[in-house]
Amino acid sequence: MIELFKNPNYDFIGKRKWAYYVSIAFTLLSLGSLVVRGGLRYDIDFTGGTLMQVRFEGAPSVAQVRASLTRIQLGEAVIQQFGDAREFVIRLPLAAVSSEEVARRVQAALGGDAQLGKFEIRRVEFVGPQVGRDLQLQAIYAVVAGMIGILLYIAMRFDLRGGVAAIIAVFHDVLVCLGALSLTNREFSLPVLAALLTIIGYSVNDTIVAYDRLRENRGRFVPKGRTFAQQMNDAVNQTLSRTILTSLTTFFSAAVLLFFGGKTLEDFAFVLFIGVITGTYSTTYIAAAIVVDWTQHVEGRLGRGKKAVAKA
Amino acid sequence: MPRNLWTRGIVVLVVLLGSVWYLYPPKQTLNLGLDLQGGIHLVLGVEVDKHVASQTDRAAEDLKAQLERKGIAVRRIAREGNATIAVELASPQAWNDLLTVAGEFQRFERRNEEPAAGRLRLVMSETEIRRLHDDAVRQGLETIRNRVDQFGVAEPVITRQGAERILIQLPGVQDPTRAKALIGRTALLEFKLLDERTPVEEALKGSLPESSEVLYQRRVDKETKTERKVPYVVQKRTLLTGAELTRAEVQADPNSPGNWQVAIEFTSTGTRIFGEVTEQNVGRHLAIVLDGNVYSAPRINERIPGGRAVITGQFTVDEARDLAIVLRAGALPAPVTILEERTVGPSLGADSVRQGLIAITASAAVVFVFMLFYYRLSGLIADVALGLNLLILFAAMAAFGATLTLPGLAGIALTVGMAVDTNILIFERIREELRLGKTPRSAVDAGFTRALRTIIDTHLTVMVTAAILYNFGTGSVKGFAVSLFVGLAASLFTAYFFTRLLFDLAYVGRRKVEAISI
Repeated sequence: MIELFKNPNYDFIGKRKWAYYVSIAFTLLSLGSLVVRGGLRYDIDFTGGTLMQVRFEGAPSVAQVRASLTRIQLGEAVIQQFGDAREFVIRLPLAAVSSEEVARRVQAALGGDAQLGKFEIRRVEFVGPQVGRDLQLQAIYAVVAGMIGILLYIAMRFDLRGGVAAIIAVFHDVLVCLGALSLTNREFSLPVLAALLTIIGYSVNDTIVAYDRLRENRGRFVPKGRTFAQQMNDAVNQTLSRTILTSLTTFFSAAVLLFFGGKTLEDFAFVLFIGVITGTYSTTYIAAAIVVDWTQHVEGRLGRGKKAVAKA
Repeated sequence: MPRNLWTRGIVVLVVLLGSVWYLYPPKQTLNLGLDLQGGIHLVLGVEVDKHVASQTDRAAEDLKAQLERKGIAVRRIAREGNATIAVELASPQAWNDLLTVAGEFQRFERRNEEPAAGRLRLVMSETEIRRLHDDAVRQGLETIRNRVDQFGVAEPVITRQGAERILIQLPGVQDPTRAKALIGRTALLEFKLLDERTPVEEALKGSLPESSEVLYQRRVDKETKTERKVPYVVQKRTLLTGAELTRAEVQADPNSPGNWQVAIEFTSTGTRIFGEVTEQNVGRHLAIVLDGNVYSAPRINERIPGGRAVITGQFTVDEARDLAIVLRAGALPAPVTILEERTVGPSLGADSVRQGLIAITASAAVVFVFMLFYYRLSGLIADVALGLNLLILFAAMAAFGATLTLPGLAGIALTVGMAVDTNILIFERIREELRLGKTPRSAVDAGFTRALRTIIDTHLTVMVTAAILYNFGTGSVKGFAVSLFVGLAASLFTAYFFTRLLFDLAYVGRRKVEAISI
């Protein structure tokens, strides 16, 4: 039998103070990056605009492609190599002309430049301003609705404290993922949003496993002489190997997507990759830790209250 | 073998066979999304207000005609905004007659009445405006469906989205530019007389009567690709529209070899009107106007009784064919604009399929090996369950007709990782029970029972998020949500129910199980 941990008994909860500092540091780092860079870079899904994926027969440089596009005057084009050397993605901001006209002009400009050689337009995406705005709203709605759904579910199955703590943990994960996106200068697109929502579900998954264990332990026998913090720490330790193993397999899946999933899925996989790590961390060090501190706070007040009554 | 094992075995067998039945043959049963097979995804916005405006215009013309017929002199009659007609009589004495005539326009309500000045406004009622908005979208949908059918696209999706949008998905279209032009053009065909009293130069400077306007003929030189615009002064009044067409056919243009033209034929009403118009205007020029562009303006030599006409314009055979299609399918009641477009070429789609499959295979392989290495025989059981999970997942997608997209494939790769979570939960629990000194069999029992609640909780939370994603999502994100949701549902069955069965089968019949490989 291969075992990662034999009867693990690490003091996770005892070190939660340090973990709070780490969490706050990462959150601030993410927020800082977002502020410094002036918010997220949104993909055309949210800003509106035109995206064209073009494959050339030769391998022109970005500068060459840019040079041939300056003449059409459709605003600042963002040109990126995409996957291999022959493939490019061109992003254009919303223009006054229609989407057909934009596509036609780009095609004419690229076709008119003999240096670029033959090319094939493999993908055209156009998102109008109206749709972009709608998607922005819907994205916010989706994240908020996802969190509320989870909060309600946990509050119903466990208690409100657990629900709120889980949501704080999830919020931290989302922020860190957004920060990582911003630090690596990636764009926030629809697939990235899907990845974020998956991470929300995933992070909560871990938290529920720990809560479940705590509840089961407390239900079976009333633990004598063990504080709530110790009980929580036991639950985390008892589920530790499961947590690490599951995180590993999911992490593998995300890593495979990141390295073999192709350019289109790269950002999506990147968010999953980061999210799995922070999701696993936040279960113990944010969700469980907050529940412990909250419970101690409430019990402490109750205790003081009792003493006060006894005195009087 | 105990009875309940038989029952459970049969359930699994039925699911297995059902899955294979639904999935076979996968190339036909699986519904690939546009990002995987290539095609066009379009969201069109219908400019519903323009439909209201054109209906108001028509009512204003009717009103004017009726007043003229009754000999009531009008100083001004014009549309204001989209849904208001302002009327001013030449003299207020005809006020009561005006009220009588206006009363016949039941779609409008009278406002701002000033009998002394002979002025009033007719405002279209809110319910009528709403009805027209709805009509514009419904008719537009119908017209576009007709056009797409005649263009010949296999399995198009054309549906209404929200109040004023139309969603169109055309899989496998090779020439997106042409398809878009066909769908998006209004195709309003109008016959109007040229205003031959106003010289073109004068009109271009802005001095032209209120009843006339300048329209252009676009001539594209096929060699140099440069566009030339020829101005025409045209009377605003429309004599006949494409609504009165019965046929539109492509023909070779006898006067210009290599070019094509569209021959049209009118309905009986159209034929009558066309006959009258040509009879009354012999010697003048009749402009054929399509979507505000003049195509030709031939001279009327004599009355044309047969109800036939020809639209020329140096068309290629494809252009002529598409024009014939849109004329037959009819004009859109209101113009449409493209709000969103996603076009994927077939070669990119094929690449995406390959990449997606590589990702799934690789992630499954990594997880397979890991489970086998870590849990030995139990790991093998989990791996078999994972295989069944993927089978059920694909079969369910086929059975529900769900669409497999590239993010959907990513969702499946992710499901693979999360599905084994269930087995890890159970196995870790069994190990724990073994450590407490339980016999293998009771450890297995306890492991499965204790883990169940956690498993249900973890699955339900992620399924909640998947459901929200689906509700929110557009195309590709929806695909991701669907595969995630179905994958999790399948994993509840395979990772719990099915592995349990395999465990029971492996250790059944042995009175005493010494050890289990976990």
